[in-house]
Amino acid sequence: MLYFSKLRILSVTIFSLLFILIALSNLFKVEDIFFDKKINLGLDLQGGSYLLLEIDNAPVVEQKLQNLTTTIKNYFKDKDVKINNIKIEDQSIFFNVDDQNKQLIVDTFSDQESDINPYYPRFKSHQLVIEETGLNFKVSFSKQGLIALKTSSQDQAIEIVRRRIDEVGTNEPNILKRGNNRILVELPGLDDPMRVKSLLGKTANLTFRFVTNNENDNFGVEKLKYEDGIDEATVSKRIIISGENLLDAQPQMDTQNNQTIVSFSLDRVGAKRFGKATSTGIGKQLAIVLDGKIISAPVIRDTIASGSGQISGGFTFQSATDLALLLRSGALPAPLNIIEERTVGPDLGQDSINAGMIALTIGFLLVILFMFIKYKVFGLITNVTLIINLFILLGILTLFEATLTLPGIAGIILTVGMAVDANVLIFERIKEELKNEKNNIIAFDTGYTKSRTAIIDANITTLLAAVILFFMGSGPVKGFSVTLGIGIFTTLFSVYFIARLFTSIYVSRNRDKEKLF
Amino acid sequence: MIAFNKFYNHFNIVSTSLITVSLILLIFKGLNFGIDFKGGTLIELRSTDTKINVTTLRDKFSQMNLGDISVKKFGNDTDYLIKFENKDNKKNVIEEIKSNLDKSFGNNFNFRRVENVGPKVSAELLKSGVIAISLSLAIMLFYIWIRFEWQFSLGAILALFHDVIVTLGVFSLFSLEINLSIIAAVLTIVGYSMNDTVVIFDRVRENLRKYSDIKIFELTNISINETLSRTIITSVTTLLALLAIYFFGGEILKGFSLAMILGVVFGTYSSIYIANTVLVRLKVSQKTVLREDDLK
Repeated sequence: MLYFSKLRILSVTIFSLLFILIALSNLFKVEDIFFDKKINLGLDLQGGSYLLLEIDNAPVVEQKLQNLTTTIKNYFKDKDVKINNIKIEDQSIFFNVDDQNKQLIVDTFSDQESDINPYYPRFKSHQLVIEETGLNFKVSFSKQGLIALKTSSQDQAIEIVRRRIDEVGTNEPNILKRGNNRILVELPGLDDPMRVKSLLGKTANLTFRFVTNNENDNFGVEKLKYEDGIDEATVSKRIIISGENLLDAQPQMDTQNNQTIVSFSLDRVGAKRFGKATSTGIGKQLAIVLDGKIISAPVIRDTIASGSGQISGGFTFQSATDLALLLRSGALPAPLNIIEERTVGPDLGQDSINAGMIALTIGFLLVILFMFIKYKVFGLITNVTLIINLFILLGILTLFEATLTLPGIAGIILTVGMAVDANVLIFERIKEELKNEKNNIIAFDTGYTKSRTAIIDANITTLLAAVILFFMGSGPVKGFSVTLGIGIFTTLFSVYFIARLFTSIYVSRNRDKEKLF
Repeated sequence: MIAFNKFYNHFNIVSTSLITVSLILLIFKGLNFGIDFKGGTLIELRSTDTKINVTTLRDKFSQMNLGDISVKKFGNDTDYLIKFENKDNKKNVIEEIKSNLDKSFGNNFNFRRVENVGPKVSAELLKSGVIAISLSLAIMLFYIWIRFEWQFSLGAILALFHDVIVTLGVFSLFSLEINLSIIAAVLTIVGYSMNDTVVIFDRVRENLRKYSDIKIFELTNISINETLSRTIITSVTTLLALLAIYFFGGEILKGFSLAMILGVVFGTYSSIYIANTVLVRLKVSQKTVLREDDLK
């Protein structure tokens, strides 16, 4: 079986050359429409930020329940049912009713076509669950209700995150959903990760509300702090306009007093409301509130009917630019927390590439030197195979546009170390066979056959470890499993097709040689 | 032929004590978890000012009220690695540190790396790490169970446990940091150790079929010797590659390559002195493999 058909030799050669070419294409910047694939460098090698954001859905749930209390009150008012003592606690609504209305409440909530408790026709589960103890009721979100809520706030949040990052202008950001309340952001080659972090950390909920001294305002009032964290003002809860009414926001220099300001323009609805508020409220203070803090509260001097205005608040040019950016891209549905961050500076990335390449070169040289000393001709065969193996591995990584990380480079070096194993198993077996078998060709054939199970076993075990790591590992470590896993396949290919081809040529030319090793 | 079997009993005592000591270390001293598994913040700094040294830097950082903090040199003289708990998970902690450092030392620091892992994420990472290692052991067990007779599976799995536990024991003894890359190393060790054991077992089984009159005590020794040069060559080449990573691959890969080096050494040892001795103690004979062959 040492014979290789011409066709097989040809195809193995073409295949190897192809992958060597693909691997080498990484080194040259060619603008090629047919082949523009490249190995991606991981964030740990090219520098950049990995951020895992978690959406804090508690305020969203709170807000939805707040709206729901109004809905419930109005709905049952129309049916002449009085809802008593309605309040929100522990992410649930509590209320009680008179005895004769109890059944009606239960029926309304459990009705499959219920107006105030939807989802049943679609999900076979209601949005809300209701529990009763006597005449007291507790309404909270069902599992399905919570999932729907989380999914929708994740969808909104990812959109806003994308807009904000696009505005900063980083190259090729990667923004992905994780679970139903997380967002993964990968930002390669970022100059100022802190800025992005502070941009993503803000909800950017903007409202314009009157400052009031009237504690009995119809909409309720709240005490809010200024940005400096010291001064306070009492502000009505009535919202004149909010961030949703903004069409555009831009940083500007105010030439009169040399201040940086943010100018904005409003949509039609916003402009109308703003005009009305500024005409009726001349002399009053209008507070500009961002995420629960007052930026400034200018006194209204004139009616503003043009639908544009400006915010001043002691900004630097940078902070005005960022505020304008946040206002343009819109408010997040819920606050985001950065629960995991990994940032690598570009110079550390380059250092890692250099170190990885040096380690790879030295590891490679040590291995091929050792193999040559140990096996001479067969060592040479192994080494040539090893080089081709390395190229095929790099070629496959290129073809899949895989991401190469520092642990990934370690995986390649380890592949170099372990790839010789299969050849060693075969050669050692052949040596053993040669002790009893005088015919070189038969000895080689038996050597290949008898070592096969051990080789396959050995590679399957390593492959299993790599597969588990691929699915369980995260970030750079995943890159290790990729190179290690692909390395196993390229090793098997190079051992059984390339090394075997060389050995068969050598052995058939030296079929009568006494000492082959 | 080297009489490995002469020392079966001696090395069984050695292995047992190694495992016992490692377990005691793991239980009482525990592992030094890095921020990946414990949560917290890590900063790698490079200073451009040679007057700054680790003591002044440590003093400065301990004034910043960051909780449990460690400031160490990292690789060369100008690089430092700072780790702290960041208990309250403060949002702008890096900015604060930056402005604090700029105030005291001038703008002389380059923030080369910043990692921040929240408590929730670190708990998840730890969990998935434990699952990954357990799962790999289980899958290896399953694989070897379909490939070999149960006596062989037991031997291979004991060898695997030995390698994992003793490697972790060494990490515990020297308080070396356990991070995500160590999990990768442990999984690779599991694969490597299995690989090594399987090669010898394959030969043992082949020899069992071939010789009916040789006792398992002798037979394992023959098999170990027949595969010995392969065992040595593969360990040497793997170790050469790993040593290259350890010495030239940069600080980040040091822990990973060290764990792998330990694993390869222990893995090679356990294939010879644990896996095989289990076969001897379970009195595996030709009947064991032939019965299985009949079933197939």
